[in-house]
Amino acid sequence: MNNIWRLFFIFFKIGLLSIGGGYAIIPLIQEQVVENTGWISGKAFTDIITISQMTPGPLAVNTSTFVGLQIGGIPGAIAATLGCIFCGVVISLFLYNFFQTHQNSAYVLEVLNGLKSASLGLIISAAFTIILIALYGNKTFEAGTLFTTLNRTALFIFFCMLLLLRKRKTNPIIIILLSGIAGFIFYLS
Amino acid sequence: MRKSKRIYFWLFAINLFISAFTFGGGYVVVPMVRRYFVEKKQHFSEEDLINMAAVAQSTPGAIAINLSALAGYRVAGIPGVFISCIAAILPPLIILGFISAFYTVFISNTIVAAILKGMEAGVAALMVDIIMDMCSMILKKHSLLLSAMIPISFMANFILGINVAVILVVCCLLCIAQIFFKRRTKNE
Repeated sequence: MNNIWRLFFIFFKIGLLSIGGGYAIIPLIQEQVVENTGWISGKAFTDIITISQMTPGPLAVNTSTFVGLQIGGIPGAIAATLGCIFCGVVISLFLYNFFQTHQNSAYVLEVLNGLKSASLGLIISAAFTIILIALYGNKTFEAGTLFTTLNRTALFIFFCMLLLLRKRKTNPIIIILLSGIAGFIFYLS
Repeated sequence: MRKSKRIYFWLFAINLFISAFTFGGGYVVVPMVRRYFVEKKQHFSEEDLINMAAVAQSTPGAIAINLSALAGYRVAGIPGVFISCIAAILPPLIILGFISAFYTVFISNTIVAAILKGMEAGVAALMVDIIMDMCSMILKKHSLLLSAMIPISFMANFILGINVAVILVVCCLLCIAQIFFKRRTKNE
């Protein structure tokens, strides 16, 4: 029981401190579950991140679910996940309601506009990382090897899917399924 | 009564479905919410979606969960928030609960690796597609400050590695300053 509460509070803290989401959350979780509590070994944590990226669902939710499972079984997983999402959902609702009720204030409207532009920039930043991983296999890119290390198969799948999205507005889930099938066909042989 | 039950059921099913197909990070939820909440059911407009995405991105936690919660709230109020959140965390719980027993086999499976490598390219295409649409919506406002903020916050985060919270706060302050000076010049 004690561990379940600790799981909840540790992931509550992680959820509260992780603005921006995505990969930014990994060092935060590592600090808490590997270094501070010693619940998970460094090697096992790397496995957990790999598994979380391979399975559907947001990275933060997957990682907290998996760490929770290792420490406290199914109740642990539920406690860790709820802890992780609690703050974000509550603060999002408050902020959204605040913007809705103060729509007529020029200042509030302008702040929302600023947040929209800035978060779009941040989404582009996250997308860039996703594109680099998809086309080059890692997060950093070097100008010198831009063409030699490019994964041409991935580029081909990328352009086919983008064409389907722009020209036919294909359903995102179909895109994910199709690209998975393409991966199965091209990479397995 | 029957109508609200039906909307709760739809919310639960759609969030379960979206979460089960969220590969490659939570951002891909944005195009999925657009597909089902905006295009198919017209629960809210694309402008609303961008507002929600901005709020979800600017608050702590996973953008996917925050966005699902906000979309649920728009459609069915507070019960909608609970339904969306539970539906969004169920697929990871079930899949990971199942996999955790033999995850080393799963990691080294070549078929799984090939499918996921393919999906990475698909997710990249989905991101480019929604970013193109979101950019054109912001550029349509013809505001130099708002348009310039997109590449600047991108570079600040991607190239300079500046903390997300700092970028968001600075952009808000810039917008407030702009409106403040506009009003002052008008009064003079």
